[in-house]
Amino acid sequence: MELAISVITGFMILGAIYAIHARDILSAVIAGGIVGYSLVICFLLLRAPDLAIVQIVVETITLIIMVAVVLDSSRVEAYSKFDRRAWITAGSALLMLLALFWFFRAAASHLEPFGESTLRMADAYINGAVDKTGSVNLVTGVLFDFRGYDTLGEATVLITAVMGVLAILRITGKKKLT
Amino acid sequence: MKGMTVIVKKTTQLIAGLIFLYGIYIILHGHLTPGGGFAGGVILAGSFILLILAWGSDFLQLVKEERGSTLYENLAILIVLFLALSGLLAGVRVFFSNWLPHGIPGELVSAGMLPLYNIFVGIEVAASILTIFLALVIFKEEVLK
Repeated sequence: MELAISVITGFMILGAIYAIHARDILSAVIAGGIVGYSLVICFLLLRAPDLAIVQIVVETITLIIMVAVVLDSSRVEAYSKFDRRAWITAGSALLMLLALFWFFRAAASHLEPFGESTLRMADAYINGAVDKTGSVNLVTGVLFDFRGYDTLGEATVLITAVMGVLAILRITGKKKLT
Repeated sequence: MKGMTVIVKKTTQLIAGLIFLYGIYIILHGHLTPGGGFAGGVILAGSFILLILAWGSDFLQLVKEERGSTLYENLAILIVLFLALSGLLAGVRVFFSNWLPHGIPGELVSAGMLPLYNIFVGIEVAASILTIFLALVIFKEEVLK
């Protein structure tokens, strides 16, 4: 299973790199879809069907909206020449990448083996959730009972995003519309 | 936005209702099977988006539909907030308290408040994603006019 996840993660990295460098923005959006749909397969392999359902639906609708936006605007990306400043940027990015790689390797060597977590809170959730919440689906029990504040925050983020979209995209005033 | 061909229109007519029902199923069974308010809400929004994409906004005459979906969205999040506040009135008096009787685990009507939260969060998510899509469609038509 770890081999499959490594291969899929490699695909995700390739898709992300192509999405950055594609000249055509439409193909960049489609390549960005590779990342999302590969993540769905990763969630299914890691036995998280709740996350997989949310991810596949949100990815599809995001892709539709992005394609609609790209088809209405320009498809060609503005391209700049690779000059001296670009070399400096690329060099610093490479240094940052090496530092992050070293840090993550050092951090990962202290972790428990994959899937054997020793969090005491997680044990309490897994063993007592059905008695405390009455919900057979553990994820819903955690989402709306133990971690209700988080869910309220997510819903508030959605409301704020919609308010931002309506405020930015509205061109004529509200009184003129009727 | 123009509509698509007759084949696409007829197929979406047949399928959009089934997708809508599936979203309702995912929301109502959120405390029993994988899924819940967020996933089901996005599926509900997807059925509407399918219809709008297939039939085109000029056939459906979308003018100010985004007001209705904004209303549903705000009302749903308000009801979720009041349900959470109702925990302060009964039982152990904490925010987000699950004070309704839990029932037998595994039945459709069980788990106290969790199905109610699922339903209203589902309405909120569906309405907000539909609002974003409608805003993109309607305000573009205004620009073209």
